[in-house]
Amino acid sequence: MAGAGERAEPTGTGTSGDGRASGGDGVFGTDRSLGRKRLYGRLFVGLCFLSTLFGVVALALLLADVVYESWGWLDWTFLTHPPSYFESNYVDGRGAGIYPALVGSIFLIVLTAVFTIFLGVGAAIYLEEYASESRVTRFIEANIANLAAVPSVVYGLLGLALFVRAAGLGSVLLAGALTLTLLILPITIVAAQEAIRAVPDSQRRAAYGVGATKWEVTRDVVLPSAVPGIMTGVILSLARAIGETAPLIMIGAATSMFAPPRLSPEALFEPFGAMPMQIFEWASQPQSAFLNIAAAGSLVLLTVLLVMNATAIYIRNRYDTT
Amino acid sequence: MSTGLEITDGAVSDRATTAARIVFFSCALVTVLTTFGIIAVLITGAAPFFREVSVVEFLTGTNWSPLIAPRSFGVLEIVWGTMLIVVGSAALALPVGVLTAIYLSEYASDRLRRVLKPTLEVLAGIPTIVYGFFALSFITPQLQRVFPQTGTFNAAAGAIVVAIMILPMVSSLSEDAMSAVPDHLRHAGYGLGATKFEVSTRVVLPAALSGVLASFVLAISRAIGETMAVALAAGMNPTITLDLLDEIQTMTAYMVQVAISDVSVGSIQYQSLFAVGLTLFVMTLGMNLLSQWIRLRYQEVYD
Repeated sequence: MAGAGERAEPTGTGTSGDGRASGGDGVFGTDRSLGRKRLYGRLFVGLCFLSTLFGVVALALLLADVVYESWGWLDWTFLTHPPSYFESNYVDGRGAGIYPALVGSIFLIVLTAVFTIFLGVGAAIYLEEYASESRVTRFIEANIANLAAVPSVVYGLLGLALFVRAAGLGSVLLAGALTLTLLILPITIVAAQEAIRAVPDSQRRAAYGVGATKWEVTRDVVLPSAVPGIMTGVILSLARAIGETAPLIMIGAATSMFAPPRLSPEALFEPFGAMPMQIFEWASQPQSAFLNIAAAGSLVLLTVLLVMNATAIYIRNRYDTT
Repeated sequence: MSTGLEITDGAVSDRATTAARIVFFSCALVTVLTTFGIIAVLITGAAPFFREVSVVEFLTGTNWSPLIAPRSFGVLEIVWGTMLIVVGSAALALPVGVLTAIYLSEYASDRLRRVLKPTLEVLAGIPTIVYGFFALSFITPQLQRVFPQTGTFNAAAGAIVVAIMILPMVSSLSEDAMSAVPDHLRHAGYGLGATKFEVSTRVVLPAALSGVLASFVLAISRAIGETMAVALAAGMNPTITLDLLDEIQTMTAYMVQVAISDVSVGSIQYQSLFAVGLTLFVMTLGMNLLSQWIRLRYQEVYD
C-alpha cells in the first residue's frame, strides 16, 4: 500500500498537493532502477503541473490583457453613448461607446430566454417524465447530443435561410433570437433534464398516491422542485448565447448600430446591434486605438457574463438541497 | 421514464395530461426538426452552387478565389487553412490537456482540484470574439517579438488561441474518464510494486483511453468549427503553406468574409456559403460520430 494515491484514501485530504507523494518508496529497498524511476516520476509530475499552469496562466494573461488594453477607455460615457467611426470621439470628443449594442444584447438575450425556457423545459419534461424508453426517445437524445456539437456558424446559415429568407423576417431582432434559441436549445435541454432527474421519485409517488394525474404531478411537484436547477442551466446557456458572434454575422446582423432598439413590439422586426458584433467591428479596424476600444467592449461583455454566471451559481447554492 | 410508475400511464389519463404530453412532445420535436432543417438548408442552398461548379472541381481544386476574377472554387485551399489551425492547436492542446487531466486526477489534492478544475473551465466560457481580440492584441505582438517576419494576421496566433479554447474540453473530459477508473486497479498496480508515475501512465491512462480519445475528437471537431478567433487572428488570405507565420484563411473565416461583404442573394458567392457550410458540417458530424463510436466501442465499464 506504500504510496497509494490520494484517490485511494477515503477522505481524500491530508496529502500534499505538490505531487511528491510518489509511490514505491521503501518497500523494495533502493536500487539504481528505482532511483531512476523516482526521477522520472518527479519529472513527470513537474511536466503535469506545468501543463496545468499553462491553462491557468493563459486565463490570467487573457484577463490581464483585456483590463490593461482597456485601461482609461472604459467609463460611464462609454456605456451610455453610441459608437463612432472616429477614435477621438472615444476619449475627449463628444462621447462614444457601446450603448446601443449593450441594450441590443440585453433585448436579444431576454427574447432568447423566453423561447429557450419554453422549448428547452418542455422538451426536457417530455424526455424525463412522459417519454417511454423507446427508439424514438433514444433517437431524440442522440440527436440532441449531435446538435450540441454542430458549429455555431452552421446555425447561422440555418437562421439565414430559414428566418431571414424563407420566413421573410430580414436581419431583425426576432431572427437573431430564434437562431440563438436553436443554438443553445441542446445544452438547455440537457441541463433541464438533469434538474428534473434530481427530483426524488418518492415525491412523485406521494402525489400519485393521493390521486394526482400526471400533468398535476408535473406541474405541482416536479417543476417547483426542479426550478432552481433549471434556472441555473438556462442562465448558463444564455451566457453562452450572449457571447456568440458567428451566427449573428451569418444572419446579417448589423456590425454597428447607432441607436438602441425601441422598447416596443415593433423592435422585434427591426435591425439590432449586439456587443459581440460591435467588438468584432472595432477589432477589425486598422487604427490601433480601436484595439483599446475593442478591449473596453470585451470588458463590458465579460462583466455581463460574470454577472450571469454569478447569478447561476448563487441560485444553485441557495436552493441546493442535496 | 424515471418515475418507475408506468402503471399510472393510461390508468389515470385525463385531458390535461394528454394536452401536456402533446405540447411537451412538440418541444422535443423542435430539436429533431432543427437537425433536418440544417441538412435541408445546407443541401438546397448548395445545390445551385454545384450546378455552376462541379463537385470534383470543388473537392479537388487547390485555388480558392471566389470574390476576385478569375474565379476559382477549389475548396482544398481553405480546408488546408482549417487543417493548419486544427493540427497546430491539437499539437498544443491535446498533450497539455491530458497532462493537466493526469495532474488533476492523480496528483492534485482534493482542495486544489476543486479550485483548478472550475478555473480551467472558465476558459470554455469566454466568448470566441474575446479570444480573437486576445490573439490580435497579445499573442501576435509576442510572436512578432520572437519572429520579426510575423504578419499582423498569421496562422500561429489563430492556432494558439484555439488551443487555449479547446484545452478545458480535453482536460475536463479526460479527467472525468480518469476519475472513473476504480481505485482497485491503482491498488493492484501499487501491489505489484509500480511507482505512482507507472500507475498513472500504464494503468490509469490506458483504462481511461476511450474517454481521453473521445475528448480529443470532440476538441478537434470544435477547432474545425471555430470561427471568430481565426477570422480575426489568422486572416482572410487563402494560402496552402506550412509556414505558421503566414496569413491563411479557414473555411469559417471565408464564411464570415462573405457574410460581412455585400454579396447579393443568389450570387455564386452567396451559394458558396452553403457549399462550404455543408463541407464543414460533414467534417464536424464525422468527428462527432467518431467520438461516440470510440466511447461505445472501447469504453471499459467498471462495476
